[in-house]
Amino acid sequence: MTSPSSSRDRVLGRVRRALADVPEAPEVARDYLVSHTPDDPAGVLDLLHDNLVDYRAGVHRSTRQGLPALVGRLLAERGARTVVVPPGLPGAWLAGSDARQRFDDVPLTPAELDSTDAVVTGCALAVAETGTVVLDAGPGQGRRALTLIPDLHVCVVEAPGQVVASLPQALPRLDPTRPMTWISGPSATSDIELDRVEGVHGPRTLEVVLVVD
Amino acid sequence: MSGTFIGMPSFPEAARDAVRDTTLRGNLRHATHTIRAKRAGAVAELDDWAQLREAGKQIKDRTLRHLDRHLEQLERAVTAAGGTVHWAADAEEANRIVADLVEATGETEVVKVKSMATQEIGLNAALETAGIRAYETDLAELIVQLGDDLPSHILVPAIHRNRGEIRDIFRDHMQDWGRPAPDGLTDRPADLAEAARLHLREKFLRAKVGISGANFMVAETGTLVVVESEGNGRMCLTLPETLISVVGIEKVIPTWRDLEVFLQLLPRSSTAERMNPYTTMWTGTTDGDGPRAFHLVLLDNGRTDTLADEVGRQALRCIRCSACLNVCPVYERAGGHAYGSAYPGPIGAILTPQLRGTATELDASLPYASSLCGACYEVCPVAIDIPEVLVHLREKVADQGGAGHRLERAAMRAATWLLDHPAALTAGERLASRTRKLHPKRLPGPGAREWTNSRDLPELPDRPFRDWWKKNHA
Ligand code: SF4
Repeated sequence: MTSPSSSRDRVLGRVRRALADVPEAPEVARDYLVSHTPDDPAGVLDLLHDNLVDYRAGVHRSTRQGLPALVGRLLAERGARTVVVPPGLPGAWLAGSDARQRFDDVPLTPAELDSTDAVVTGCALAVAETGTVVLDAGPGQGRRALTLIPDLHVCVVEAPGQVVASLPQALPRLDPTRPMTWISGPSATSDIELDRVEGVHGPRTLEVVLVVD
Repeated sequence: MSGTFIGMPSFPEAARDAVRDTTLRGNLRHATHTIRAKRAGAVAELDDWAQLREAGKQIKDRTLRHLDRHLEQLERAVTAAGGTVHWAADAEEANRIVADLVEATGETEVVKVKSMATQEIGLNAALETAGIRAYETDLAELIVQLGDDLPSHILVPAIHRNRGEIRDIFRDHMQDWGRPAPDGLTDRPADLAEAARLHLREKFLRAKVGISGANFMVAETGTLVVVESEGNGRMCLTLPETLISVVGIEKVIPTWRDLEVFLQLLPRSSTAERMNPYTTMWTGTTDGDGPRAFHLVLLDNGRTDTLADEVGRQALRCIRCSACLNVCPVYERAGGHAYGSAYPGPIGAILTPQLRGTATELDASLPYASSLCGACYEVCPVAIDIPEVLVHLREKVADQGGAGHRLERAAMRAATWLLDHPAALTAGERLASRTRKLHPKRLPGPGAREWTNSRDLPELPDRPFRDWWKKNHA
């Protein structure tokens, strides 16, 4: 039986011995592209739209003014009678919905979340080339479990400010110390004969609203 | 409880059984051919794929060059963010650390998200011995666990099962593990996914301990990254009070920025998607969001031996995308189980003999489980020259002498059999004759011409490989 600290020394010692004769590795050549997309906000937004649709998210465009009505309609269409409201979500976003609101200010239990139909959030960022929305637990997003357990997730993206084209553009804008969920379409599996099926454990429906003014 | 790979027959024997199993072969062929074409499409979307691949290779090489520093930096960052780091020199130690951590919580159940490292160390069996039940939650892992089976593919562990078999497994075995399958369950993939959702939900909601691996660990920030599709990973990483992640030491990358390379390379190579549905990133613990306790178990288990091998160390670049499995003509015919470890296919053929050594007949036969066609190298997103490592490992087996000679003979039979009888393999015929040629002039299967054209095949002569090698490399 070895004590934990001696295993640490053993592993690091073995690493150092293994590397004793290895020449210095060169600086990494980052010859890849910063973006694959022309620098045009409208085109980038269209690409985000298309890629989200391609991975079976519902995508909708709205003005800021039209947002409450649209969110209300999306919740109603899916028969959502209850909705989780993350801390910091602008009150106006739910002004057009009569779904009963459940606030997470006192954290909801997993069972309470499981009995809630929907969740509405904002996001930290969206990446067009990959069709991804990134949540970082900031205001209007809440902790990670909120967007995981209810079966319908309505996610609001504010264009163009929250939209970038590519991953190399996205990472510098994100804070790695925050817990993060990257979402590219609703939950899916390819485990049965490598056939993609939407909807396993996460929300089976993802509706993304692109707010453009 | 899922089976174990220990005591498996050597590659040639196991492969022979697989080849005779026509259902298995049909399932594998269908699945690998589907994903091959999709991967090529996803890769072709990016003009700078070659540059991304080169950057991925270089980042990994540079990381490995200073692995000690990066691991120490990672440890500091994880600790500063509220996590606890443990070091495990081998599988036994890792299993004991995890079992002790679970026992300390007072729990007897854990939920698991698919992890190659925990399969490699046989964690589930070790937990069972300690009286702890581990529930696999990835759909394919669930199929494997309920079917008391072994995984056969890195990405899709139940790739050897078709929908009808999966339906039968769910119908017959879900009740032994919790919520039974719905009445009248069909074999439609959507219905099967729904059955898994219902079966696992109660387990997620009550789980107190989650166990995971990680795809990447960022040294400078202490951030761990898990990519997945189904959401079972998010459940395991987010809902429990305690999270234990068992991760191989080679999974560290230096900087946050490096993710811009790997998050482009991995999903396209793996599931042929621009991005996988869900990626979770966490750094230590966060008040009010996710587990209150986070333990990172850094696993060696043969990795430092691999690192010491000048040629073989490139295997540690692997990001477990499984692209090399999907293009491998030997994997397609032999199936994943024949490789006798958590790592099947070309990567298994070079990783397992390095992690475990070549003392057993199975492990010594693995470097011969290849036609050296080079398709694996072509698709590998971090440019691991798998054929080069295979040839190198064959030489090592040959040089073992004594027992090594016996092992080599057994292994040569495997190679001869696999390579000289593509038609026999395809037809699933019984294998009898042994011919002298080691290397096929032309590979069987679609795409073979492309591969042979894109890569110079080492010429292999009639005489035993060892003699040839000695003569040509003296
Ligand atoms: S060896 Fe390369 S292709 Fe094979 S799983 Fe690893 S990274 Fe993917």
